Amino acid sequence: MPDKAARAVRSRALTLFLTFLKIGAFTFGGGYAMLPLIQREVVDKRGWITNDDILEVVAIAESTPGPIAVNAATFVGYRTCGVFGALLATVGVVLPSFVVILAISFVLREFESLTAVQYAFCGIRAGVLALIFKALWSMYKQCPKNALSYTVMAAAFVLVAFLGADVLPVIIGCAAVGLVVSLYQGRRKL
Amino acid sequence: MILLELFLTFLKIGAFTFGGGYAMLPLIQEEVAAHGWLDSAALVNFVAVSESTPGPFAINIATYVGTETGGIPGALCATLGVVLPSFVIILLVAKGYEKFRNSKIVRGCMTGLKPAVVGLIGASVLSVGQTVFFPDGLLSVAFTGTAIWISLAIFAVCAVFTFRKIHPILVICLSAALGIAAGYAGLLG
Repeated sequence: MPDKAARAVRSRALTLFLTFLKIGAFTFGGGYAMLPLIQREVVDKRGWITNDDILEVVAIAESTPGPIAVNAATFVGYRTCGVFGALLATVGVVLPSFVVILAISFVLREFESLTAVQYAFCGIRAGVLALIFKALWSMYKQCPKNALSYTVMAAAFVLVAFLGADVLPVIIGCAAVGLVVSLYQGRRKL
Repeated sequence: MILLELFLTFLKIGAFTFGGGYAMLPLIQEEVAAHGWLDSAALVNFVAVSESTPGPFAINIATYVGTETGGIPGALCATLGVVLPSFVIILLVAKGYEKFRNSKIVRGCMTGLKPAVVGLIGASVLSVGQTVFFPDGLLSVAFTGTAIWISLAIFAVCAVFTFRKIHPILVICLSAALGIAAGYAGLLG
């Protein structure tokens, strides 16, 4: 009986690893692009977690540091198979990127010196600026619109862009300001 | 000790970036420049490579910088570093995630972190813009030559397509084609 249970866990763990390997290999751009695929593979096909859990994954990924894909893989893996499952799912989701980039970085160096490639990257850099600009716009739209938000936004921007402040202390400082202001507002409402 | 340096730097990046994707760019930009691992043009080039290959940006850039500076062991150290904080924190909160998510402290920090990320990406747009339009510094080539106007035109076209929800990979292909055309027409100087 324990043998049978152990085998069931093993096969589940293997499926978990392969599922996240597939998710890692077929989502370009990472992050939120992965969520529909995770939903299809893990909720619809396997029934390991529910759609409500997916919403939880998003909420948790947003309030914990690190790449969303890793947060989601670790969470789903843990819910499905414990710590071992978390490890398998995370390794699975990271592995395809790792292998592809490792291969590309050796090729990239060979091609970099070609004139056509240099021209292409000259255009691509302008294209990437457009992509980052779009990301800025979407994040701005998702942000709450109030005095605290605008102040923090402007302060972080000016400190890093014009006053040469380091990014890390600005991140920590903004979190502290948010914490202090919201605790103070919470107390005043009582 | 390059391997330890890679591991610790990417551990820091993994531990202090909230929101995923381009939210990581400001800290990565700063760290990579401070260590002299990639110049700013190479980093922007790599953003395009990352958009066109599977997987999250943070993992891709960690693996790439790791390989370039420390070979395969470097890639392993950097990638492990960027993943570890997420992994450990999710394991810690997975059991009591409702309590974690609804805690006043987490919510309070997030009210500051969300707008901070917007401001920081704004700063990144500015520095990437400088790399794109004034690659040799603000004063040296300011408004001489056609390259800056070509870059502006490519940026404008790509921005229109991006805001119309054309897939990033198509936008990158388009910008590459425009760059090659402009280059062979002798417009990039």
